[in-house]
Formats: sequence, C-alpha cells, structure tokens
Amino acid sequence: MSRFLTQRLGFTFLAIVAILVVLPIILVVGAIVIQGLPAINVEFLTTAPRDGMRAGGIWPAIVGTFWLTVGTAIFSVPFGVAIAIYLSEYARDNNFTRMIRLAIINLSGIPSVVYGLFGLGLFVLALRFGSSILAGALTLSIMTLPVIISTSEEALHSVPQSFRTVSVSLGGTKWQTIYKIVLPQALPGILTGVILGLERAAGETAPILFTAAAFFLPELPGSIFDKTMALPYHLFVISTQVPNMPIKIQFGTALVLLVFVLTMNLLAAVIRSYYRRKRQW
Amino acid sequence: MLMNRTPKIVIENLSLRYSDGTESLNGISLTIYAHEIMALFGPAGGGKSTLLRVLNRLNDLVEVKKMTGRVLLDGQDIYAPDVNVIELRRRMGIVFAQPLPLPLSIRANIEYGPRLAGIRDSSQLSHIVESSLRAAAMWDEVKDRLDESGFAISGGQQQRLCLARVLALEPEVILMDEPMSGLDPLSTAKIEDSMQQLKQQYTIVIVPHSIQQAARIADHAAFFLQGKLIEEGPGKQLFTNPHDKRTEDYVTGRFG
Repeated sequence: MSRFLTQRLGFTFLAIVAILVVLPIILVVGAIVIQGLPAINVEFLTTAPRDGMRAGGIWPAIVGTFWLTVGTAIFSVPFGVAIAIYLSEYARDNNFTRMIRLAIINLSGIPSVVYGLFGLGLFVLALRFGSSILAGALTLSIMTLPVIISTSEEALHSVPQSFRTVSVSLGGTKWQTIYKIVLPQALPGILTGVILGLERAAGETAPILFTAAAFFLPELPGSIFDKTMALPYHLFVISTQVPNMPIKIQFGTALVLLVFVLTMNLLAAVIRSYYRRKRQW
Repeated sequence: MLMNRTPKIVIENLSLRYSDGTESLNGISLTIYAHEIMALFGPAGGGKSTLLRVLNRLNDLVEVKKMTGRVLLDGQDIYAPDVNVIELRRRMGIVFAQPLPLPLSIRANIEYGPRLAGIRDSSQLSHIVESSLRAAAMWDEVKDRLDESGFAISGGQQQRLCLARVLALEPEVILMDEPMSGLDPLSTAKIEDSMQQLKQQYTIVIVPHSIQQAARIADHAAFFLQGKLIEEGPGKQLFTNPHDKRTEDYVTGRFG
C-alpha cells in the first residue's frame, strides 16, 4: 500500500469519526425540538401544572431554576474569582497552594449526587436552612466553584506579564495592578467561565434533589427559605414518577431547559468573540 | 564638566545571582552623577539589564538567590528595610526595550502613574499629560487623539508614549533598557534628541542598543562583560581611548 493511500485512508477515518461526534448532538437536539415544540405555547410557559402535572405549564419550574441559578452566581462568583486571583497573583508555589489546588481538582471530580447528600447534611439539616432555594444554591455553588476557579485562573494567566511589570514600574502596588489592569483585561474570560459554570449548575438534578426541589408546588417561592420546583427535577419527575404523562409535555420541558442552557452558552460565546475582537494585545 | 558633579546613585560592591543560575552581577562598584547620561554597554548577558532592575527594585518580582553590596540613592540605601519600594519606583522610572503601552487610551497611559499616586484633579492631570507628551516630543502628533488606544499609534510613537508615561511620574532618574532597539532611525533620533533636553532635569541611565548609540549620547559609560564591570570613564575617553584591552576589542568590533 503506498504511503499516499495510507494517508488518505487515515484522513478519511478521522473525518468519519469527527462526523460521528456531531451526529448524537444533532439527533438529541433534533428529537427534543421536534417532539417538544408542539407543547410550547403561552399557557405552557406562564402557568402552573394542572391535573397531576399532566396538563398546564411549567412556570414555577422556570422561576425556580432562574432563582437557583442567580443564587448560585451570588455565592460562587465572588468566592471563585477571589480564589482564582489569590492563586494566580499572590500564591507562591508551596505545599499550602499545592494542597488548595489538589482540593479544587478533587472537588471537580466528585459526583453531583454526593454534593446533594453533602448539601442535605450541612445546609438543610445542620444549618437548618431546610430544603430551600438557599440550601440548593449553596450546594450548587460548591459544585460550580472548581469550574469558575480554573477558568478564571486561566483568564488571569492569559493577561501578559509585561502589563504587570509596567504597572509596578510606574509605582503601582500589586493590588492596584490587579484591579486596574489585570482584572479588567481578564474579565471577558472570567465571565465566559462563570456562565459555563452556571449553565452546568442550572441543568443539574442530583444536587438539588434533597436540598431545594419540590415534587409539585404550584405557588412561586416567596423567599429564599422556600422550596421550589426546578426544570431538571421537574423533568425527572414527569418522566419517571407520573403515569399516563403526555409525551409532549416531557419533551416541551426538556426543550425549555435546553433553550435556557444553550442561551447561556450562546451568551458566553458572544461575550468571548466581542472582547477578542476588541482586545489589543 | 567635572566641576559640579553630584553623585546621584552610588553602587558599592554589588553582587547578585538569580535562583535559576542565569545572568549575575559580580562585585560592581559604580557612581552615577546627577544630570548626566550614563551608558551601560557590553555584550548580551553582561548584567546591564539586571543592574537597571536592581536600581528600581523591579528585580523584587523575580527570584533572587543572593544579593550583597549596597545601592545608595542620594546617600540612602534603597534596600534598607524601611524603604518604600513604591515611592522608590516613582523616583526611578524605567523605559523597557519593547514599547509596552497599557491597554488603555493614550491619555490614561500617561495619567496612570499620577493617578496611582493619588492625583485626581483633572486640570492638573491634563497639564501633566500635555507637558509629558511635549517633553517626549510627541504632543503635536497625538494631541487630537488622546482618547485613542495606546496601541493605535506606531511603534516609535508607542515607545515615546512610554517615555512620556515615565516623565509623568516626575522621577529623578530615568532608566532605559535598550529603548530604541525596535525603532526606526527617525524615532531613535527623536528620542536621542529629547534625552539631551531631559538630562537638564533628570539623571539618565541607559543600556544603549549599539556602541554607536552609546558613543553619541553618553557623558559617562561603563563596560560590562559577564557580570563584571571592566572599565568606566567619560564617554569620549572610553570610546576613543579605552584603557582595558577587552574594552578596546569590544569598542573596535573585534568581538560582540
């Protein structure tokens, strides 16, 4: 076999594999859109479920997922970014920082249901928050932290070292250098990481299972100490726990969740490309 | 010329080694006089840039294994424990080899140092912007585009912006680390011209990018080879009639 033929066979194989990767995505999204779209109407998007969730809408679940995501952002973003700044700008390479990094890596490897049990033990029971938006958001925050830390750290690292040297040489303290130069330049990258982390949190079921999610709760949550419905858990419930469930409601719910998550993804992409074009270095 | 020379910086028996074992300084003693241009020259790796970074303590940012000796600025040890390093860096501004604008507007680049130091008054700031740009011989070129990005101007203009940015600190000493290495001859000439003006007001320590440049601008020069100070003296003498054989070989182009 000539080496050119070998090369062509190799490339063809790689191309087929690449196409195979795209295929499931198209099939999943396609199936959900085709079967879910008929369920989408104003009533579905703005009212509570009726008839044992076999009719009506998913408004409480949308609101619940929204507030859980906002709550997660409030806790995880300041902490995550602060830890990233510490690790990237201040920490020296010693045993203490190595321990922190090891902890972060391990945190990202923990299965999400374990976070759920942890949240149940700490926030719901020990701290007596009960099953609530607060407990759910805190649980999701801990799960999201590693993503936010590592992407923020990467964004901080991508800011050229020379900017820091120049700022210090002009009489800047380290702190002035960070908040006047490094952080603004790293912000788009940090924002992208934050959105990707929150997107994952928004779609998770297991961490909120014992900490926030209500099986059926037609009223909207009134405070952060209330339980709430949430899209991923609602999807789980109507897919497994309710007999004679119209299939279009299941897929409609999946579609709403998918759009929610993909919109965040799109937002991250837009921010990234906008700032990449504006960036001067 | 030798009448009213005041020592500005006195380096006493300075030795330094980096943690990674690279470029070091070996027993350097050198006096830099106020209102003179001191050129540190010699082949690459001789310790010239390191010495500049010792002077304004930018080498605090990298790992230094061992440093001995003293550096005195106006008679005060700049490595004494009670020295305010931030204040020291304002007194000794540095222009780097590459033009390094901050990712800010031209105006904000120049205001950066003064603002860090707490100057907020806008008329004072715009006065600083104008006078710094004039001193760096670029006011007329950019006066109508002060709010454009510092990256939007040519490389030569960027480097003069960096000089203006240092002047805005109102320093006492200007350190220049091969500031014209990436520039065209015209920009180089402009900066060299302004240096002759600047030395009336400042003390300048420059690592020139060529012997020719050193000979053009230096009042005083010091030849560095592998971390050692081989010879120093008035520029004219050092470039035309060096005492040391190695200096002569380098100046006449026999190595380097």
